[in-house]
Amino acid sequence: MTASADENLTVLNPVGYPPKITPKALAPRLDSLDGKTVYLVDPRFDDSGLFLRQVQSWFADHMPTVKTKFVEMNNVYTKDDPQTWEKIKTDGDAAIIGVGH
Amino acid sequence: MTLDNKYGVPTVALHTHVFEKVVESVNRVHGMPRAPRAFVPQPVMGKTAEQLRAYVDGKDPLSGRPVMQEVIEGLTQPIDDSGVVSEIFAHAATPRLVDADSEESLQQLFLEKNWTDKLPIVLPTEKRVKEMLAHTSHKADEVVGHMRSTHFREYWEYTVEKVAVNAVMAGAQPEYFPVILALASTGVTARGSTSSSAAAMVVVNGPIRNEINMNSGTGAMGPFNHANATIGRAYGLLSQNGQGSSVPGVTYMGSQGNNYAYNNVTFAENEERSPWTPFHIEHGFKASDSAVSVFTGCRSTAFTLGVREKYWREHVRSMLRGLDAHSQPTFLLDPITARQFIDRGGFDTKEKLIEWAYENSLMAAKEYWDYQLIQNYIYPRATFGEEPYASKLKAAPDEMIHMFKPEEIHVVVVGGETNGYWRIMDCNYQKTVSVDKWR
Repeated sequence: MTASADENLTVLNPVGYPPKITPKALAPRLDSLDGKTVYLVDPRFDDSGLFLRQVQSWFADHMPTVKTKFVEMNNVYTKDDPQTWEKIKTDGDAAIIGVGH
Repeated sequence: MTLDNKYGVPTVALHTHVFEKVVESVNRVHGMPRAPRAFVPQPVMGKTAEQLRAYVDGKDPLSGRPVMQEVIEGLTQPIDDSGVVSEIFAHAATPRLVDADSEESLQQLFLEKNWTDKLPIVLPTEKRVKEMLAHTSHKADEVVGHMRSTHFREYWEYTVEKVAVNAVMAGAQPEYFPVILALASTGVTARGSTSSSAAAMVVVNGPIRNEINMNSGTGAMGPFNHANATIGRAYGLLSQNGQGSSVPGVTYMGSQGNNYAYNNVTFAENEERSPWTPFHIEHGFKASDSAVSVFTGCRSTAFTLGVREKYWREHVRSMLRGLDAHSQPTFLLDPITARQFIDRGGFDTKEKLIEWAYENSLMAAKEYWDYQLIQNYIYPRATFGEEPYASKLKAAPDEMIHMFKPEEIHVVVVGGETNGYWRIMDCNYQKTVSVDKWR
């Protein structure tokens, strides 16, 4: 079937259907990091641990009142890790995760 | 994001700057478009501690602001959520039809919308789509499956009609439609976003191969057969459109890209000339069944000619050792080579060849564990106690350990016996599904 140059065609859209997205709330932010415990979460991806050690070193140099704890995820970064999240929730005040994609 | 939303812990994510658009997109589809993040330069991998400290001390290459200032603010400054809802739902609909236009304008529109593989497509008119739909007993609005470009993205949904639209675009004949629907039903994307630039591979078995004149002989993996070419192309187009998109820098991050992805190495197994059991029978089907098997992660190929009398073992070991240790080898053997393997090694079944390949693909433990992909994806599982990785982790540095698991090694016979060339494709077998179900 060939359309002439001035003939308009009706065609179908090839794109699938997106999932419904529900807006999610973020946790309230802290007033200050002074005296707080910040977890540095290593997803164990492409030397991320070595990078986070430098973040830890930065806190020691520039914000010594912040306590940092380095933690590796329990499995590959593609898996959820409720055990680690619970630990951070219980023992920590904030988290920095990286470097991932 | 889970930590922030579900566990109530204020969190900042650090990424490398090339993932800016990916991060924005992922945050949006997870309902948290304002989730705090900061960026450092790419790459982190392979940098020294000093170089990484310079990243931390330096500026975010995207915002131009100090990285740690952004991190601290992300943890301590209130986040303005106004406008988030409208931002999230801006894309939440897919109309059935495209506004009518001329053929030339529509070709251009499909190109600009990134709905194609950048080659001309057959426009999916209602007539052509209807003709495609006539070759399945399934209803147009039946949901066939869901796909996503990577594990951290959202699943999109597609119907029989959506698959037909993409099949028409690929130039497929309606007779091929059950195979394309079967591929779509796997939910396995041929447009994975992995930065490793992987493509898929498709192997068709059973009577359907001859019914639609697929090629399993000379040139089977090349651009010489209409069914092979367009079924694989349709699978690719369905993947990128069915999962929403496959756009470099946003939903596709393959650093180098992969030419295999144009038709996803789609061919039929040469059952007639193979001395072994067809692939689909190994996976639970009968000889009279038609089935299609999907592999992902196709990147590298090792090849040689024949199976030499004196040093064939060494040659094959070298080919296996040439693969990344995180690979999964699939032997793609011309029928000549398949018979040579029987003559040389006594492998009168595929299983015996697979067992030999498993036993002979060995590597010193220290080398194995040093591979970046093994560090990323296997080492954490080993430390978590998963076998056989946990046992491998206990090996002495110079102890030789297996590179692969037996179930990760596969054999498929393809080729026209113009010579005994053969290959090992690095790819991951995913599943084999029925074609007959989709007739």
